[in-house]
Amino acid sequence: MSLTRHDVEKIAHLARLSITEQEMPVYVSSLSSIVNFVDELSRAETGAVQPMAHPLEGQHQRMRLDEVTESDHHETYQAIAPAVAAGLYVVPRVID
Amino acid sequence: MMSNWEVVIGLEIHAQLATKSKIFSGSPTAYGAPPNTQADLVDLGFPGVLPVLNQRAVQMAVKFGLAIDAAVARRSVFARKNYFYPDLPKGYQISQYELPIVARGSLKVMLDDGAVKTIGITRAHLEEDAGKSLHEGLANATGIDLNRAGTPLLEIVSEPDMRSAKEAVAYMKKIHTLVRYLEICDGNMQEGSFRCDANVSVRPKGQEKFGTRAEIKNLNSFRFVEKAIQYEVARQVEIIEGGGKVVQETRLYDSDKDETRSMRSKEEANDYRYFPDPDLLPVEIDEPFIAAVRATLPELPDQKAARFAKDFALSAYDAGVLSASRELGAYFEAVIAGVGAGHAKLAANWVMGELSSALNRDNVDIQNSKVDPAQLTGLLHRIVDETISGKIAKEVFEAMWSEGKPADAIIEAKGLRQITDSGAIEGVIDAVIAANPKQLADYRSGKDKLFGFFVGQVMKATGGKANPAQLNELLKTKLGGGGNA
Amino acid sequence: MLHNLFIGELAERLTKRQISSVELTRHFLSRIERLNPGLNAFITLTPKQALQEAAAADARLAAGEKGPLLGIPLIHKDIFCTDGVKTSCGSRMLDNFVAPYDATVVARLKGAGAVMLGKSNMDEFAMGSSNETSYYGPVKNPWDTTKVPGGSSGGSAAATAARLAPFATGTDTGGSIRQPAALTGVTGFKPTYGRVSRYGMIAFASSLDQAGVFTRSAGDAAAVLQVMAGFDARDSTSVDAPVPDYSKALGAPLKGLKIGLLREFFEGLEPRNAALIEDALTIYTGLGAETREVSLPHLPLSVPTYYVVAPAECSSNLSRFDGVRFGYRCKDPKDLMDLYKRSRGEGFGAEVKRRIMTGTYVLSAGYFDAYYLKAQKARRMITDDFRAAFEKVDLVIGPTTPTPAFDIGAKVNDPVLMYLNDIYTIGANLAGLPGISIPCGFVDSLPMGLQLVGPHFAEAKLLNAAHQYQQATDWHRHAPRGYE
Repeated sequence: MSLTRHDVEKIAHLARLSITEQEMPVYVSSLSSIVNFVDELSRAETGAVQPMAHPLEGQHQRMRLDEVTESDHHETYQAIAPAVAAGLYVVPRVID
Repeated sequence: MMSNWEVVIGLEIHAQLATKSKIFSGSPTAYGAPPNTQADLVDLGFPGVLPVLNQRAVQMAVKFGLAIDAAVARRSVFARKNYFYPDLPKGYQISQYELPIVARGSLKVMLDDGAVKTIGITRAHLEEDAGKSLHEGLANATGIDLNRAGTPLLEIVSEPDMRSAKEAVAYMKKIHTLVRYLEICDGNMQEGSFRCDANVSVRPKGQEKFGTRAEIKNLNSFRFVEKAIQYEVARQVEIIEGGGKVVQETRLYDSDKDETRSMRSKEEANDYRYFPDPDLLPVEIDEPFIAAVRATLPELPDQKAARFAKDFALSAYDAGVLSASRELGAYFEAVIAGVGAGHAKLAANWVMGELSSALNRDNVDIQNSKVDPAQLTGLLHRIVDETISGKIAKEVFEAMWSEGKPADAIIEAKGLRQITDSGAIEGVIDAVIAANPKQLADYRSGKDKLFGFFVGQVMKATGGKANPAQLNELLKTKLGGGGNA
Repeated sequence: MLHNLFIGELAERLTKRQISSVELTRHFLSRIERLNPGLNAFITLTPKQALQEAAAADARLAAGEKGPLLGIPLIHKDIFCTDGVKTSCGSRMLDNFVAPYDATVVARLKGAGAVMLGKSNMDEFAMGSSNETSYYGPVKNPWDTTKVPGGSSGGSAAATAARLAPFATGTDTGGSIRQPAALTGVTGFKPTYGRVSRYGMIAFASSLDQAGVFTRSAGDAAAVLQVMAGFDARDSTSVDAPVPDYSKALGAPLKGLKIGLLREFFEGLEPRNAALIEDALTIYTGLGAETREVSLPHLPLSVPTYYVVAPAECSSNLSRFDGVRFGYRCKDPKDLMDLYKRSRGEGFGAEVKRRIMTGTYVLSAGYFDAYYLKAQKARRMITDDFRAAFEKVDLVIGPTTPTPAFDIGAKVNDPVLMYLNDIYTIGANLAGLPGISIPCGFVDSLPMGLQLVGPHFAEAKLLNAAHQYQQATDWHRHAPRGYE
């Protein structure tokens, strides 16, 4: 099962990754070989088996009490931000 | 032609749950804090952090499920909805997909004409809210505030059961009432605690297959929901009748222009790639958990309305209005307690009438009413004991509202007691009759309508204080002759 | 020589005040200064902080406090968030990231008085089996610096083998502790999934990642695990179960221990590799263990299963790296799409991008059932196979890697070839099982490892079996030439 350049472009867009012209053929070929490799799975007999999302069985989600436990540290956290103005994280204009 | 078309509407309502802390972190959820002061490492999606589930959010979701007679899932799963947007710090939203916490339920909704329609609710699930984007004051840029990121949301998805904008609004109002009754959401639409997306499509009458739908996002008032749907229906009908096809897309409602416009096409690869969140385990809820939540259910709106209708002989409509909020129902019952169930209709009329008008006019919640139940009761007592007439009572009420004084004080101060002394009334009647010989003659010769004229004149002369019943009797006698008044 | 002593021996000398933690720390810092340039095992060194921590440990020791790790130097894999210290995850994306908090693992070891010397080099975002994908350059194997040390925890493995610290933390998602431990001749331990907190450990594949440790003996691993293990309320996948005394269990005799020879591991095993395992089995039977053959018929699916599940989870976990709140941002983004695409395109290396794209693909509409869902089913079948095997045996044994360390650059252009390095280790991650790799001999003068895998929460038994083997052999005492 080979991927086309178009497939890779679509995936890269979904994943928000820029791929240069030079890189593109390398990615097409390596992704194709990876997909070929994992295609082995599609031939496996898995029948009525339930999919396994977590490795430990019989575990369920613990719930915490509804209490405020965190306080304001935005100055510390924003000290390492690429762009901040008036406490807001700044990005290029978003148009809906 | 609209009559050839059937409108199909489904609503997705996002109700912010009124927990103290966020759904997956211990940050506060209070509204209005300075930007990013209520966003901790988990909310900000820093490397290495992990989500832990807030029990109260689960309890609130279960409470809602029980209130709509839905099946509460004993096992539900959080899933990641993957997409990129600056107000979504992790690049995915933790939501629920295949196994939501609340499955199918339903809600009875009273329409304007009094008819009751059952609207199906497909599911309700828990998810986290995103942050906010702000554009003001930033040249060619957008500012992101993540205070809201991580606030718990209950997404309530209706079946496409509504057939008109009015039905949609009635359903939305009912859900709004319900979540406030349950105290799981404050319903504050201006602050964004209660938001609605409408899925709207049209199909030829009689056709079973649904037409292509458009989704109108983020409607935050009942009025906007109604207008947006109306616009959208007209838009879609025009397209189809013109030979075109409705595009499946997401649209926004512009309230200034009263129109919907395209936001982004849902066709455009927004493939959310849902999969179970590996950082969270399946949520398991047992019978004791559900029973504990059930024990906290208040009397629900429909139950209260039914009780009001039965106990106080009110119409279904009136009972519905009086039970629209817990606070209003409580106010009404407090007045009944004061004035007696025998005067339920009087109490109902005053609560739905004068009181509600004053609340609306001054944009005040019932909790902040300037006339409390005890004070209103005081006023109603004076009507019942005929100290004042109903008409005068309205005047008294207005004064109570603006001055904050009890009824008796105002009646005294303004000298508004009803005149019930027959002699006094007779005297005024005599004077009025004497002053209006022509009308007297006309009346006696058959112009029955002039009875009202005499009533009016006596009332004017007595400053409205003549007891109406007595006035009627005495006037009839004095006028004599003529027709029946 | 101090750097050849085991943790227990160091702890004794510290308690008896024969040496101070500051002296010990200085000893390792100077070794690092001299020897690390030839290995590139570190991304960040923290000598000032280390000496402060050592002084604090000395104060606690002087006050009479005793602790198995008190004053003992360590290295943290650069995947663990360390408060106030750069945490890069081996990536340009986090080259400028100073963590604002400590991972739970870091906090616990700090609390026990261990002294952090620095952050070790690793494959970028833990994706790799050779430590060649790091933004900071490849790590070299101290046994032969033309060879890889393995990955993704290559820096921690190489540093431990080179005796640059008594122990180093690592993470294991598909073998990233056990495989480099084998290739560098040290002991590498991966606990049961959920035994050690993942809070503060930058996520690669959330349902597979586990924190563990590199040491030079099972005894040392027991001491470190004792501090690392335990429930953490901040990690929903953390297991709330008591932590046994791992050191106490070390000396139990192996009589009656049932060891399973995994047929699928031995099929097609390279003869010299097989010979080393045979020797090890002789040792074990000599110690009283019984061996029998077991089969995990679905094990051959484990590598393709892993290469669907892990990329799927990582494609989502790495979405938070977008140039908005922290980390690398591209220069002069012209719009939002450009900001995302170039920050991520320039910030991530090729292997990371490959895995993100593989993950995005297998989760995407139309492919989810064929790949992701299928893989999760295969995962259950593999897990069930292990469970069935553990009804017959206590532990399973086999080689850790198919070959000894390979040349730097040999496999870096062939991802699938690289993926096959994980063939023996991946099954344990899919099933959440604990595993240990211990040195068991040499092939072509390069170390080889023997792997033991146990059922959930069998850490004590694994450490016991490894310890007894290390009492009967001395492979684990060998040091690479120039680092003795």
